Amino acid sequence: MPTKIEKDEYTGKETTGHEWDGIKELDTPLPRWWVNVWLVCIAFAAVYALLYPSIPLGSTYWKGILGWSSSQAVAKSVAEMNARHAALMKRIGELPIMQVAADPKLKEVALEAGRIAFAENCQPCHGQAGVGRVGYPPLDTNFWLWGGTLPDIQRIIMYGIRSGDSKAHESQMPAFGHDGILKPAQVTTVAHYVATLFGIEKPGPTTAAGYKLFEDNCAACHGPKGQGNQTGGAPPLASRVHLYGDTLAAIEYQINTPRGGVMPAWHTRLDAGTINSLAIYVHALGGGE
Amino acid sequence: MGVMETRRRVPKADQPPAQSSSLYANRVRVYPRAVKGLDRRIKWAILAFCLGVYYLLPWLCWDRGPGRPSQAVLLDIATERFFFFNLEFWPQDVFYLAGLLVLGAVALFLVTSLFGRLWCGYTCPQTVWTDAFMAIERWIEGDRNERMRRDQRAFGLNRQGLDKAWRKLSKHAIWLAVAFWTGGAWIMYFADAPTTVVQFWSGTAPAPIYIYTFLFTATTYVLAGWAREQVCTYMCPWPRFQAAMLDEQTVTVTYQAWRGEPRGHHLKLDTAAGARLGDCVDCMACVHACPTGIDIRDGIQLECINCGLCADACNEIMGKLGRAKGLITWDTLARQNARKAGREEKLHLWRPRTFVYLGVLLVAVSAMGTALAMRPHTAISVAHDRMPLFVRLTNGDVRNGYVVDISNKMGRPADYVLTLTGPKGLTARPAGVMQLHLPADSIKELRVWVSAPPESAHGSQKLLFQLHNLTNGEKIRYESVFIGPR
Ligand code: SF4
Ligand code: SF4
Repeated sequence: MPTKIEKDEYTGKETTGHEWDGIKELDTPLPRWWVNVWLVCIAFAAVYALLYPSIPLGSTYWKGILGWSSSQAVAKSVAEMNARHAALMKRIGELPIMQVAADPKLKEVALEAGRIAFAENCQPCHGQAGVGRVGYPPLDTNFWLWGGTLPDIQRIIMYGIRSGDSKAHESQMPAFGHDGILKPAQVTTVAHYVATLFGIEKPGPTTAAGYKLFEDNCAACHGPKGQGNQTGGAPPLASRVHLYGDTLAAIEYQINTPRGGVMPAWHTRLDAGTINSLAIYVHALGGGE
Repeated sequence: MGVMETRRRVPKADQPPAQSSSLYANRVRVYPRAVKGLDRRIKWAILAFCLGVYYLLPWLCWDRGPGRPSQAVLLDIATERFFFFNLEFWPQDVFYLAGLLVLGAVALFLVTSLFGRLWCGYTCPQTVWTDAFMAIERWIEGDRNERMRRDQRAFGLNRQGLDKAWRKLSKHAIWLAVAFWTGGAWIMYFADAPTTVVQFWSGTAPAPIYIYTFLFTATTYVLAGWAREQVCTYMCPWPRFQAAMLDEQTVTVTYQAWRGEPRGHHLKLDTAAGARLGDCVDCMACVHACPTGIDIRDGIQLECINCGLCADACNEIMGKLGRAKGLITWDTLARQNARKAGREEKLHLWRPRTFVYLGVLLVAVSAMGTALAMRPHTAISVAHDRMPLFVRLTNGDVRNGYVVDISNKMGRPADYVLTLTGPKGLTARPAGVMQLHLPADSIKELRVWVSAPPESAHGSQKLLFQLHNLTNGEKIRYESVFIGPR
């Protein structure tokens, strides 16, 4: 503030004493109501800071008189949302799955609920949107070990595979190489034949021998044309999609020391509505039969 | 004396020294006096028109067929539609709003460069409602002098005190009622008007309706009843930059200083010095009529909203004195400066600036009009799956997934044929050529799977979705991609 109050010659107003290139700034005071609004805002902020979490205090913070917290608010609205959907989810769980899928409204809810449940429970193994990876089957293509209809999928989710549950799917491929059922040269021969089934190898001099070995050892489960058998969980071999890789080495490995994954039974962890939703979601990923 | 020079008020030598310096200024209350005249009549007419449209428009009906809203203007938030007579807009059409705002801005520039702040003086909601509230005030509390006198008095249990009390009470009650009507009418644009009124008074309306009605009631009451010219002087951005649109050829409300100065009251005239006085008799009628409380004789200034009421007030006086009217009138700075120098100058309404504004306006209007007239009533949008980009099937085929959205923006059901073309040998699920039927005003979402044999599924290729609306003949297309391994 200037010590001496100076008046502008033309307007008769006071100046602030600031001067730039000979131009002086007039002192045009704020209207008082404006200042009052500003003071009210400050008072509001003070009250707000008292009521709500606001001030950091070292490792903790001022929690506010109202005790409001954003995480509680989220938990509350999630609970509210679940309560709102409870009746629908109950219906989805109670009705036969084919009926749920046939009802557009229920199906819409199931797809959304399934998407969320999939991301939380299934994605770690089967990948985002069910793309699968080595040892974990893709769910978005027409490759099914145990069947790809809605009831098939529903059953697999409920009881799992080799999960120890009494209703789980069980299967075990003999370790042809490791247990000496086939000699190493025979393993190579039959592996080469299998590779011709889906086109990564061309038929050669050993193919006929391979075919013979295949008929004797493999066709019982995998089918005479390698088309697989969903009742026994034998994967199709005449397929571009393979659970453990589609290279010659991967096939040989599998004949020597077969692997078989475990899928947990989910009926002990998820409610029926969620399981049916998951089945409908997985079925709609693109491969459903 | 030119217009600019009239601002110079050299303080007299014997003026008392500076008042105590304060950081804040108390508001100077403005008590505008009623005036009669041409500008006032135009202002009343515009006010009646604007308020009439605002209050009554939501009640106008428009038949759109069974099951569809029958309100002529409705921004239906629940169904995300904006109905405007026979037009219907979807959220995707929001660029028409952008276009409308551009039109509004350019039209404002054009009008302002031609005739100054006409918007402020005649059509701005702040002005219209303030004017209406002032009229109510004048009706109950009387004109300027009476109001000023009454405000000096105290409330109390005597005749004068009670008189003040009932007048103030009824004024605020009516203000609040008008404000409430204003806030309520606003809500009517967003929900079916008759239903909302019934819901509102039976206490069953959704909470937002009450909240917004209260909010707009409060803002109307405060802004038009209490804040008035303070909004224009301190809050509104428009006065800050409207100067960029004005020049010396702009027609604005001006005081004809060349004719009015030196001002003075003729009865107290001292002709000894041979001074000839101008036409301004310094009666202050223009100042007392001004809704922003300024003196137009100081020249064009930020606070002036160009309402012309001072011109009306001055004309009344000039009429009584038998002098030529138009001492305060609509004129340009250039013409006044010319007059001061004894010349006459023509109006220059058409200058490069106004031509540019007009040109932009015409281009924008025709672009908008064409876009509106040719607006398609069918829309298709296709989202190609990204996770995964493609899927390998057991027979080696490559499959891509798409989410296709088809919109029927017509008020009646329609039939469509959707055709897919792309890589050689493609097969599609549900089908490569699909017959579709969409109900009126609806969107259909389709999950479409497209597969191609391995030999024709390399890299990224075009996949074309062609949609033919059989009902109105429109044909549109959407180009998406089909992706396979490299
Ligand atoms: S200054 Fe702003 S609020 Fe006042 S009349 Fe003009 S546009 Fe409206
Ligand atoms: S000076 Fe005249 S035109 Fe400007 S706001 Fe006041 S009355 Fe209206």
